[in-house]
Amino acid sequence: MSQEISALIYLVAAALFIYGLKRLSSPRTARSGNQLAAAGMAIAIVVTLINSGISAWTIIAGIIVGSGIGAYLARSVEMTGMPELVAAFNGFGGGASVMVASAEFFQNPDPAVQTVVTIALSVVIGAITFSGSFMAWGKLNGKLPGQPFGYPAQKLIDPLIIAVIVVLSVLLVLDTGGSLVLWILLGLGLVLGVTRVIPIGGADMPVVISLLNAFSGVAASMAGFVINENALIISGALVGASGLILTNIMVKAMNRSLAHVLFAAFGGADSTGDGGTTSDKPVKSASAEDVAITMGYAQSVIVVPGYGLAVAQAQHVLRELADLLEAKGVDVRYAIHPVAGRMPGHMNVLLAEADVSYDKLFALEDINGDFPRTDVALIVGANDVVNPAAREDETSPIYGMPILDVDFATTSVVIKRSLSPGFAGIDNPLFYNENNLMLFGDAKSAIQELIAAVKEM
Amino acid sequence: MELVISITVFVLAAFVGFEVITKVPPTLHTPLMSGSNAISGVTIIGALIVAGKADSTLGDVLAFLAVTMAMINVIGGFMVTDRMLEMFKKKER
Repeated sequence: MSQEISALIYLVAAALFIYGLKRLSSPRTARSGNQLAAAGMAIAIVVTLINSGISAWTIIAGIIVGSGIGAYLARSVEMTGMPELVAAFNGFGGGASVMVASAEFFQNPDPAVQTVVTIALSVVIGAITFSGSFMAWGKLNGKLPGQPFGYPAQKLIDPLIIAVIVVLSVLLVLDTGGSLVLWILLGLGLVLGVTRVIPIGGADMPVVISLLNAFSGVAASMAGFVINENALIISGALVGASGLILTNIMVKAMNRSLAHVLFAAFGGADSTGDGGTTSDKPVKSASAEDVAITMGYAQSVIVVPGYGLAVAQAQHVLRELADLLEAKGVDVRYAIHPVAGRMPGHMNVLLAEADVSYDKLFALEDINGDFPRTDVALIVGANDVVNPAAREDETSPIYGMPILDVDFATTSVVIKRSLSPGFAGIDNPLFYNENNLMLFGDAKSAIQELIAAVKEM
Repeated sequence: MELVISITVFVLAAFVGFEVITKVPPTLHTPLMSGSNAISGVTIIGALIVAGKADSTLGDVLAFLAVTMAMINVIGGFMVTDRMLEMFKKKER
């Protein structure tokens, strides 16, 4: 096949990627969009196989092993485990870019200067993505401690590594024969990914995953520069843009800057605020029967899910409770904060799995004005995203973060295991409000008790 | 000139990406991530090309790893996105 024809077919594939992403603008068309993008990928792979031949064992073995692992992971993952899986996929994407760029480095006896520059970029960005993503993966599935983790000289180590990377990259460009330099660059990229992600706490993971997503895209684009292939450059740029947009949305939803997420371990020793001062106030603890009656006779209920819903795998029982309430004529909707859960859209996927209709899921800005007209706000496993201190207390570390105004509802009900503060170690004044009821317990068992109580009404 | 063309393509594609992706609603942000992840598996093209011309053991090993990881991304990413999107339904009542 001539180069022109295969380049045109790659263009068709890239166009299908763009069109597929465009169809993600509505849940109605999204599935076909993803399938079109997959078709584009299949076309691109087939054309490449025809051109470069499938004689090499590496190609056949790689395709079989990779497809097997990918299919297994995609089928076996629980919806609650989606953040880990996406983190791992980001890592594999970064790793693949590293391998492509280094293979090109070792096979191209006399690369042009610009090729060496892009090889260095591709290897370093890909390596950061790889190790950073697997650190995030470990933190998300609990194999590594999820707490922010600081270590001495942290603020000095990263700039030092970056400086060495820059110097070595210049060396690599000046003397193109240095394979040792490339290995060291690869190693330093891996180290930087670890040192960058290790200090970041679990609740900041939505930002980290989004950013690593952008990195995996940029790494793919750089690999495209290395082998001079537009299909890679275009697709990588699309993914880079997507990851950056999501990163920006997450950072805004926490009222923080990207630098603050990356360089300040939130809730560490330096976090201030008035934690503890309100703890002596009384809270109203309610029984499942009380809450069931309040909700059963309500006209409107808004459910606010958080990470605790995922931990307790309570999405199915929650839907069951909503069904019962709806059968009693209660209007039940869901308010989803952008950073609820451990990745963008995490709660939506869980609720979709539990068969909640997507037109009942509302974003913060679309539903926040409705709380004053709502009888019951039911908070399941969420804490900081409903903390009124973010709105009222200028000394609070989360002051200014957009929150769901559940305290404006006639009654708010918080399902929570204990009064312990959220990830940031900030006390939540909501718990001590006059019109707030605490239903203590694990999200799943508490909701099961509610279901039983509503059934008996 | 080749490099300039590549940079042009990169910049324009980034703008297209921004335009298209800002229109994705928050409810689909997880499938967006996993789906765009699958698209970044396009590195498979590069992996297949370097695998086809590898002429040393080192080259073969690197190419094998590249093809494997990119394939995990492509197959896993598209499959899991499809699994998720299948669940997004609007119920009539």
